[in-house]
Amino acid sequence: MAISRRRMLQGLGAAVALTASAGVGLATSPLRPSRSASGTPEGGADSQRQWAFVVDMRRCDGCNDCTAACQSTHYLNKDQEWIKVYEVKARDGSTYYMPRLCMQCENPPCLKVCPVAATFKSREGVVLVDQDRCIGCRLCMAACPYNARYFNFTDPPRPPGPFDNPMPEFPVPQRRGTVGKCVLCAHYTSRGRLPACVDACRMDALFIADLNSDVMTNRSGETLQFSRYLRENDAFRYKEELNSSPRVWYVAGHGQALEERRRR
Amino acid sequence: MRATQPAEEMDVRQAAVRPILHPGELYWLVVAGLLVVVGAGVLAYAHQFRDGLGVTGLNQRVTWGVYIADMVFFIGVSYGGALTSAILRLTNAPWRAPLTRMAEAMAVAALLIGALFPIIDLGRPDRMLNLLLHGQVGSPVVWDVVAITTYMATSVIFLYLPLIPDLAFCRDHLGPAAGRLRHLLYQRLSLGWQGTPRQRHLLEQNSTIIAIIIIPLAVMVHSVLSWLFGVTMRPGWNSTIFGPYFVLGAMFSGVAAVILVIAGFRKAYHLEAFIEELHFKYLANILLALGIGYAYFMFAEYLTEGYKMEGYIVDEGSGPLLEALMVGQYAPLFWAFIVGGLVVPMALLSFPRTRTIQGIVTASIMVVVAMWLKRFLIVVPAMATPIMPVAWGSYMPTRVEGAITLAAAATIPLILMVFFRFFPIISIYEMEEMAEANAHRDAAAQHAEAD
Ligand code: SF4
Ligand code: SF4
Repeated sequence: MAISRRRMLQGLGAAVALTASAGVGLATSPLRPSRSASGTPEGGADSQRQWAFVVDMRRCDGCNDCTAACQSTHYLNKDQEWIKVYEVKARDGSTYYMPRLCMQCENPPCLKVCPVAATFKSREGVVLVDQDRCIGCRLCMAACPYNARYFNFTDPPRPPGPFDNPMPEFPVPQRRGTVGKCVLCAHYTSRGRLPACVDACRMDALFIADLNSDVMTNRSGETLQFSRYLRENDAFRYKEELNSSPRVWYVAGHGQALEERRRR
Repeated sequence: MRATQPAEEMDVRQAAVRPILHPGELYWLVVAGLLVVVGAGVLAYAHQFRDGLGVTGLNQRVTWGVYIADMVFFIGVSYGGALTSAILRLTNAPWRAPLTRMAEAMAVAALLIGALFPIIDLGRPDRMLNLLLHGQVGSPVVWDVVAITTYMATSVIFLYLPLIPDLAFCRDHLGPAAGRLRHLLYQRLSLGWQGTPRQRHLLEQNSTIIAIIIIPLAVMVHSVLSWLFGVTMRPGWNSTIFGPYFVLGAMFSGVAAVILVIAGFRKAYHLEAFIEELHFKYLANILLALGIGYAYFMFAEYLTEGYKMEGYIVDEGSGPLLEALMVGQYAPLFWAFIVGGLVVPMALLSFPRTRTIQGIVTASIMVVVAMWLKRFLIVVPAMATPIMPVAWGSYMPTRVEGAITLAAAATIPLILMVFFRFFPIISIYEMEEMAEANAHRDAAAQHAEAD
C-alpha cells in the first residue's frame, strides 16, 4: 500500500535513465490517466502514479490564489483552507510565506486513529476521506500534526446543478458534520489535469510530482527531475522528525527579493 | 442474634425504604427544578442535532471543547463511586455499609451521562452504528467504546448484586402502598431470594468477584480515555503519564462527588443516625490522599513539559504551552484550579477545626468544580496552542454547550432521586450483616471478660 523508502530510492535510481527523455516524453506524461491496466503499485516505472508535491517558498508571494482556487473547486466554506498560506516572520525580520496543504503522509497519524476507516489511502498515495462513512469524531484532526484537516461545522455552499454524490476523490459537496481535507485534486490528476492550486499559482511556486516517474511540473509547464531538484535545492519535509513521512517537500525561502515571475 | 437489636434494625429498614413511600414535600419541588434544567439541555441538544456542531463555539483550531471535558469529567466521577465502594468492600472496611449503595448508584448514573458525551460530540450521531459496522481496533475511539460498554455492564451488576436481598425485603415487607409497578419489580428482580445460607454464600462470592473485576476495569476505562489525547503528538497531550494521571484525577473527583451525594441524601432523608461525622472523616482521608497524589502527578507532568518548553513559539507574543497556562491567557483558570481545587480543599481537609462535615462538604464542592475546570484546561489549551506557524486559536463555549453541560450535571441527582424512589437508599442487608458481626464480637468480648 504505502510507498516504502526502498521504493522511493528505486525511483531515484531510475531517474537517471529517465533524465534523457525528461524534456520530451515526461513533459506530457506524468498527468496521464492513472487507472492503468497493470495497476499494481510495484508495477512498471510509470504504470501508476505516486503523487507528491513540492513547494518552492522562494517564489511564493502570499497572494492566496491557491486557497481561493481550491475553495471554489471544492465548494468549501470560507473557514476551510485545504491549502493555507502561513505568513511566517523570519529571524532577520523578513517575511516569507508557507503554503500548507495535506502532506499526504505515507504513515498518516490521521488514518491510524480513525475509528471507522473513513480515512484511507488511495493506491496513488493520496490520503482520502469517505464522507459517507465519517462519523465526525474529529480525532483525526487532533492527531494531524499539520492542522491539515477541516470540519464542516455548517452546511457547505451548494454547487450548481444536481450534484449530490460526493466521492472521496471529488468530495463535492462537502457533508456537514464530517471532516474534509486536501485530496490533491485526485479527480483532476487522474484525468491528466493539474491540481487546482498548482493551476492557480501564478508564481509557479507549486509543483505536482510523481515519485514513480521522478518528475515534477508546475503551472507554466516547467518540468524538472524531482529527485535532482530536491537535492540541489536542499528541499526538506516539515516535521520530518515525527516519522509521518510527508509527501510534500519544501524549498526554503532565504528572505531574498521575490523573483519577477508573476504572469498573466 | 437479630433479636438482640430490634430497635436499630427497624430503624435501618424504615430509613432505607422511607424515600420509596414518603419522599417528603420538597422532593417534587427539587425534581421539578432539575427537570427544568434537563429540559433546557434537551432543547439545546435538539437545536444542535438539527443545525450541526456549528451552534457550538468549536472551530477549525479548537475542535474539541466542553463536551470532551464533560466526557472525561462525568466518566471520572462515575469511576470514583465504583472504586470507592469496591476498595472498601475488598478491604472489608466495616464503616462502608451505609455508603456503598449511594456510591454504586452514583457510579451508574454518572456513567450513563458521561457515556452520552462522546455521542453528543459527534458530527454525525446518526452514523453511530458505523462504529460497530466498520470499527477499527487500532483507534482509541473504538477502545473507548469497548471499555465504556464493558464497564457499564459491570457497574450495573455491581449495583445490582447487593440489591437482591433488599429487593426481597421490599417484596416481603412493603405493603400495597408501594404500588403494583414496584411489587412487580421487586418480584422479578429479587430472583427468589430467601436468605438461605447457600444464597448468602453465592452472593458473597459473586460480590467479591465483581469488586475485584471492577477495579482493573475502571483503571482501564480511564486510561483508555486518556489515550484519546495521549496518542496524539500535540504539546500538552504528548505524555506517557496520561493514563495514571487521568485515573488518579478520576478517583479524586469521584470521591468528592460521593461525599456530596452522601451529604445531600443524608440531609434530605434524615439519615444522620447511620451516616455520622466519622464516615465523612474517613472519606476525607481518602480525598486528601488522592488530592496529594494528584498534585504530585500534575507537578511531574508540568515539570517535564515546562523543562522541555513544549509547545510552539511562533512569535514574541506567544510562549510555550505552560507559559500560557501559568502566566498567559489561561492563567486565571489555571490558578483558580490550583487554589480552589488543591490548596484550599486540602487545607480544609487537613486542619482539625475545618475537618467538620461542613468543611469536608465545602472542600468536596470545590474539588468537583475545579476538576471540571482541570479537564477543560487539559483539552482546550492543547488544542489552541499553535502547531503550525500561526497565532493561538481561541474558543468560547456557547449557550448550547453550557445548557447541555448543566443538564448533564442535573441529571445525576435526578436519576438518583428517582432510583431511590424504587430501591432502598441504604443497603439493609449489609447494615444487618455489620450489626450481626458487631453483636458477635461483643458477645465474644463479654465471654472473654466473664472468663
Ligand atoms: S497531513 Fe495531516 S491530514 Fe494529511 S495525511 Fe498527514 S496527518 Fe493526515
Ligand atoms: S472525524 Fe471522520 S475521518 Fe476523522 S477520525 Fe473521526 S470518523 Fe475518521
